[in-house]
Amino acid sequence: MPEQLALTGNEAVAHAMRQINPDVVAAYPITPQTSMMQKFADFVADGLVDSELVLVESEHSAMSATVGSQASGARSMTATAACGLALMWEILGIASAYRLPIVMPVVNRALSGPINIQGDHSDSMGTRDCGWIHIFSENAQEAYENTIMAMRIAEHPDVLTPAMVCLDGFIISHGVESVTIYKDNLVKKFVGEYQPHYTLLDAKHPITLGAMDFSDFYFEHKVSQLDGYNNSHSVILDVGSEFKKTFGGGECYEFFEAHKMDDAEYAVVVLGSTAGSTRMVVDDLRAQGVKAGMLKIRVFRPFPYEEIARLLAPLKGCAVLDRSIAYGGDGGPVHIEVRSALYGQSPVPVMLNYIYGLGGKPIEPEHIHSAFKDIQEAVATGNVKRRVGYLNLTE
Amino acid sequence: MTDTGKKMLEIRWHGRGGQGAVTASKVLAESAMSLGKQIQAFPEYGSERQGAPVKAFTRIADQRIRQHNQVTEPDVVIVLDPTLLDAVDVTEGLMENGTLIINTESSPAEIRQQMGLKGRTLYTVDATGISLRNLGKAIPNTPMIGALVGAMKLLDPKLVAEDFRVKFQGKFKDEIIEGNVQSILDASKEVRAE
Repeated sequence: MPEQLALTGNEAVAHAMRQINPDVVAAYPITPQTSMMQKFADFVADGLVDSELVLVESEHSAMSATVGSQASGARSMTATAACGLALMWEILGIASAYRLPIVMPVVNRALSGPINIQGDHSDSMGTRDCGWIHIFSENAQEAYENTIMAMRIAEHPDVLTPAMVCLDGFIISHGVESVTIYKDNLVKKFVGEYQPHYTLLDAKHPITLGAMDFSDFYFEHKVSQLDGYNNSHSVILDVGSEFKKTFGGGECYEFFEAHKMDDAEYAVVVLGSTAGSTRMVVDDLRAQGVKAGMLKIRVFRPFPYEEIARLLAPLKGCAVLDRSIAYGGDGGPVHIEVRSALYGQSPVPVMLNYIYGLGGKPIEPEHIHSAFKDIQEAVATGNVKRRVGYLNLTE
Repeated sequence: MTDTGKKMLEIRWHGRGGQGAVTASKVLAESAMSLGKQIQAFPEYGSERQGAPVKAFTRIADQRIRQHNQVTEPDVVIVLDPTLLDAVDVTEGLMENGTLIINTESSPAEIRQQMGLKGRTLYTVDATGISLRNLGKAIPNTPMIGALVGAMKLLDPKLVAEDFRVKFQGKFKDEIIEGNVQSILDASKEVRAE
């Protein structure tokens, strides 16, 4: 029987790591990731995992140690947040270029400055183009499940691309929820043994990693990384459907969750924990006769352009919620992707973008209601007052 | 009724850093989960300091709780420290038909007069006294859990106490666990209605 536990998001992910039992975990503490690694360190100290826990002196070192051990053939993990992820940035691109299937939980938090320890998506969005898969989690259950699924996706021989599992800082990482922890042996079986194809310690099949690569082949190698992304499309769906079949879970196992989208006229597009309140608002609006819907994006990289275009194009209006700003760009990063996805579709919905929740600024149902109201008004009048707006901003 | 309707109970805990408000919010949620409920528990996110006012929240429902917004209109407010009544508006967002449970030696009538409280259902309990009696220390959080479940007939205090015993076995010394168990049971009986 699966076990029902009251866990924080961080504890739930630590349980996923316990069940994965990686060979090596490198850790450096940063709020709000710290309690995840503390819990995992408990599992190490209690002998519940065999992992070699390497305590390093910075996140740059954490990712470097993870890259080194993964390249040697050991299944390796780390976890971080915010400025820690920013400090890893250099090595993130190396992990993806070496095609090392590292899985890393990222507890999304605002970047400095000013100093702020609360949740937003600026950190992982800053690593958008580093060649990692980005999977977002709405709640503690999804954070747990996504961590397990990410192993299978990243390590798939056709993918071999590192993956971040994103969960919202504090709201999910530090909130206690009922979490179903599946049986250890079933999870271990699902994840399977790590069987690297090329490793530094395989003396019979020597390889080189980190070689000089000038204008002769650097370009070609960088483009070849796209193969992993392209192949990950079907792998993400296959792993999700196998997970659902194996464990019978009730979360999102596809690129996104389309809530009441079948006949929707207006929709909000959202990532992470805000989906919970958005779903509630959609249900309220439906009860009032408004054909509202929600698109919760689970996989941000690779971005499911075609699927999202098909879903959103028939709408009358759509608002994209972004928990980070793409400075100098067209609003927020999710908005930019969604607009790009809709290029070439005809007709296209009226589209608004809302930045919200930076540095933990609360997002309440009333704010999501106001976004829906704005879209309806823009559709009715044909007049977009403000293409990029803000929710709960003191102006 | 959907999982977002008012079949959900929202509780706000007021305490001072170190009194165990955050722990109480979680322990209550865990007990409620053990007894078949859906739960959420979370602190007010910020930098905590010993002695500074802190808030924590518990949601309890029969259906799965999916929202992650704040608790702005709690059904129940629990105050672990009577000195907070002069420092914090503990009734903020508390509806006319809401419930207030306060750790104090005073009677509900005295507190109502002191606060100038209108409406709401008010309970008081000497949680600090109960804690001193059973644990020899002023740790009012577990008695306040007892007072809540006793006053609201929310969960069976005996089952909550037993759940506490099971959960904390091996983590604390037996006498600490038994002191807390007794505090839960005592407070569930000693909580005073108007």
